[in-house]
Amino acid sequence: MTPTLELRDVTKVYSGGLFKRRSTVALEKNYISVGGEHPTIVAIAGESGSGKTTMGMLMLGFIEPTSGQVLYKGQDLWALPKPAWTEFRREVQAIFQDPFEVYNPFYKVDHVLMVPIRKFGLAHTRAQEHDLIERALTSVGLRPDETLGRYPHQLSGGQRQRITVARALLLDPKVIIADEPVSMIDASLRATVLKSLRLLRDEAGISILYITHDLATAYHICDEIMVLYQGTVAEAGDVDSVIQAPKHPYTQLLVGSIPWPDPKRKWGQDAVLTQADVFHVETKGCKFAPRCARAMDICRESPPPLFQTEAGRAVTCYLYKDAPVLDGSEIGKVLGQNGRGADEATRDGVVPKPGVPQVGLPG
Amino acid sequence: MSAPILSVQDLRVYYYTEAGAVKAVDGVTLDVARGMKMGLVGESGCGKSTMAMAFMRLIKPPGRIESGQVVLDGTDLVPLSEDRMRRVRLNEISLIPQGAMNSLNPVARVRKQIIDGIQDHNGRFSRAELNDRVEEVLEAVDLRPEVADMFPHELSGGMKQRVCVAIAISMRPKVIIADEPTSALDVVVQRQVMETIQRLQQELGISMILIGHDMGLMAQSIEHLAVMYSGRLAELAEVNAIFEEPLHPYTQLLISTLPVLGAKGVFRGIPGITPSLLSPPPGCLFHPRCPQAQEICQHKVPTWQEIRPGRWVACHKYEV
Amino acid sequence: MAQAASAIRYLRRNGRLLVGIILLLILFLFAFVGRLFVDGNDAYPLSAPANLAPTLEYPFGTDSQGRDLLAVGVMGTYLTTKIGVVAGSLGLGFGTILGFLAAYYGGVLDTVVRWVVDVLLTIPSLLVLVVIASTFQGGIDVNGMALVVALLAWMWPARVIRSQVLTMKQRAFVRVAQLSGSSNLEIIFKELMPNLLPFLGASLVGSVTGAIFASLGLEALGLGPMREPTLGMTIYWVMYYGAFVRGMWWWIMNPIVIIVILFVGLFLVSAGLDELANPRLRRRV
Repeated sequence: MTPTLELRDVTKVYSGGLFKRRSTVALEKNYISVGGEHPTIVAIAGESGSGKTTMGMLMLGFIEPTSGQVLYKGQDLWALPKPAWTEFRREVQAIFQDPFEVYNPFYKVDHVLMVPIRKFGLAHTRAQEHDLIERALTSVGLRPDETLGRYPHQLSGGQRQRITVARALLLDPKVIIADEPVSMIDASLRATVLKSLRLLRDEAGISILYITHDLATAYHICDEIMVLYQGTVAEAGDVDSVIQAPKHPYTQLLVGSIPWPDPKRKWGQDAVLTQADVFHVETKGCKFAPRCARAMDICRESPPPLFQTEAGRAVTCYLYKDAPVLDGSEIGKVLGQNGRGADEATRDGVVPKPGVPQVGLPG
Repeated sequence: MSAPILSVQDLRVYYYTEAGAVKAVDGVTLDVARGMKMGLVGESGCGKSTMAMAFMRLIKPPGRIESGQVVLDGTDLVPLSEDRMRRVRLNEISLIPQGAMNSLNPVARVRKQIIDGIQDHNGRFSRAELNDRVEEVLEAVDLRPEVADMFPHELSGGMKQRVCVAIAISMRPKVIIADEPTSALDVVVQRQVMETIQRLQQELGISMILIGHDMGLMAQSIEHLAVMYSGRLAELAEVNAIFEEPLHPYTQLLISTLPVLGAKGVFRGIPGITPSLLSPPPGCLFHPRCPQAQEICQHKVPTWQEIRPGRWVACHKYEV
Repeated sequence: MAQAASAIRYLRRNGRLLVGIILLLILFLFAFVGRLFVDGNDAYPLSAPANLAPTLEYPFGTDSQGRDLLAVGVMGTYLTTKIGVVAGSLGLGFGTILGFLAAYYGGVLDTVVRWVVDVLLTIPSLLVLVVIASTFQGGIDVNGMALVVALLAWMWPARVIRSQVLTMKQRAFVRVAQLSGSSNLEIIFKELMPNLLPFLGASLVGSVTGAIFASLGLEALGLGPMREPTLGMTIYWVMYYGAFVRGMWWWIMNPIVIIVILFVGLFLVSAGLDELANPRLRRRV
């Protein structure tokens, strides 16, 4: 079945302005598909500059790719006729990072729920409209009488973000691009928002692209993960195993920097080098080599290809050069196949145990 | 046990609005020892940033320090004149405010900003001495000396934040307050900045108060933790003790909402919403949401007590 | 009702806004209520004996053309304010629309608008106004005056609104509106415009002030509607007839006092609105 959204060999380059001679490659030859047969939650993880936000913007049709295609149900997004574009707008929704900025401060929060209902003709009478809104709000755990009729500044960050999730639910989309949905919310309020995101997949069959730099939350709600580093894929695969046993040195760095709420489990002792410390070093080889403690000569010579280390995992690192090589377009072999539907047990009789990495998943 | 470097006694900070007085900080008492790393954790709006501003005497109208004492190394900062307070700021107590990296002057080079800070609060240095100090602090935060001549927009988020840390330590204060220093930063940069702050704190023997909402970050960075709720302190103890045996029901709930590696997919939130600081509920502020609330909690405010050595709680369950 | 009560409470704290509003209200009453009691025709030449100092019959005195200066004061306030409001609103309105369109649609439209605005802004507007006005050679009427002033009052608002919209365009709620299926025009009018209303309100005060100022300048140079008793024309006649040398203080004071009250009122309202928009400027708890 054609996936709802697909990036095929997409590259996005931002050319420098008058005084900047170098252009930045935000995303390089990326392949990914979202919204296949089984609804999945895929994490796109990386630091700033990794290209994750660019990917989200490309998928939402807010920016155009420099080369490659963004496909909506198999058709080029930028060549779509108007009626198809409206359908696209309805089927692909977004949840943004800042729970305050997404609201127009002039209006009450009801505005953000009513506009899409009216524009997409989701209800024909006032009563239907009200009904729809109420159901959406209650399904994310909010009480309509406590939320409607208020201005954004009168609600907490967690409540505001849940309203945006309710809005997304309202439209019954196929795919939601969630760009750092909980990073600006207090840690103690994140659980409720994350729960409502999971609900979107479990009860409405919506696939989610969860863009984040916070692997802790990615671990908790995602099924799969793609780790990006400066526009290229570093590692991809099943989220449990990637986070519990990361293979790429960059992923290891990311996982090792998660501040776990356990005073006995501290950050590692090795010195941390950030992107800024290795200022704009032009590399012919692996982009992470200047920061990598285990870089070898070959790493600096040519960029590593995608190695499939096991059934559900691929890493672009020469440390695994004995594994079979995948072409970028074959990323679907490690992502998408792990999609878990609402009923986990029916998938070949395997019920995944939490916290245990799963090796050798059926392909 | 030597005297604490910072001793806060029954501090109250109220904001006077048209609708009444908002009790942002309502009776906070705590001590910070020399060289201690203390964390102050709480949800948005609980008053922790207001407290940081109160320590720095930076509360502006319509807010006001209503009553209480903030004694820094023997001197109460509350009644000091603005002139004298200026000399205390940066020299003895400094602040890395929330979003500090965004408040760097975009048209001034880093060097000038560090020097401006020093000169504003302590005008006695010569040009050469100032430049030396600039080099010193940049090195201390692991930034290359060339950074001094750069503009903020040429630096990454983490570097800008480290510049703010450099400004804060430039006069070797006794206490540093860091208000959510890493909130806008990526996880790797966050670790780098926090490790820098910790290393500095250790080397220079500065006492640190880290304010935030992320218990994870607290667990990694501090030794003593104070939990704040709606303007009052709920609990204070060594961080290991708090995680092993949280006493206050709010702390217990806070800890239970945290993601744990291994318990995937389990989501717990705290029911209800934070009370209005304008018209707070009577008795214990937390009682409407507290799963262990008793009858007395509804009308009597619990006292802030040290129920065991090193363990402070304000809760009727433990009232002695 | 509750809103009115809180508005009054606020005014008590924002001294500048309060005093400004009071001053403008005084002038407003003077002009509008005054017209009920004073015959407008008395503001034109040959309606009273000339050069009289204030008497009971003519409490503001008369000028060298035989105008009753009380009537002149009332009519002048009305006319000059009218010119200012019409010109200021036209200029702001046109400038706002242009600024919105240029910022929102970008591209060629933006480049052209920006270029035109920047070029026109560098030309000293008074000179342009003088040239335009002098082609009418005093045969202009009040409405024509307003149009002439409005001609050069739209550029600054266009520029300022454009930058405001450019920043607002980036905000997340605009993206959300796009995702909700709103069209570009809907976004401009329903999402962006309402947020600019406070800003537009403050700009209007500035625009009107500028327009009044420009009209006074032109009229004092003798380039305004010659027959009309506007404030600026009164100043012109004061100079033309050498009122200073002749010690006709009642004639001199007439337009000056009104203009001072007008400008101080406008300035205070503008400063007061500033304080309203920026809570950090508030000085009292």
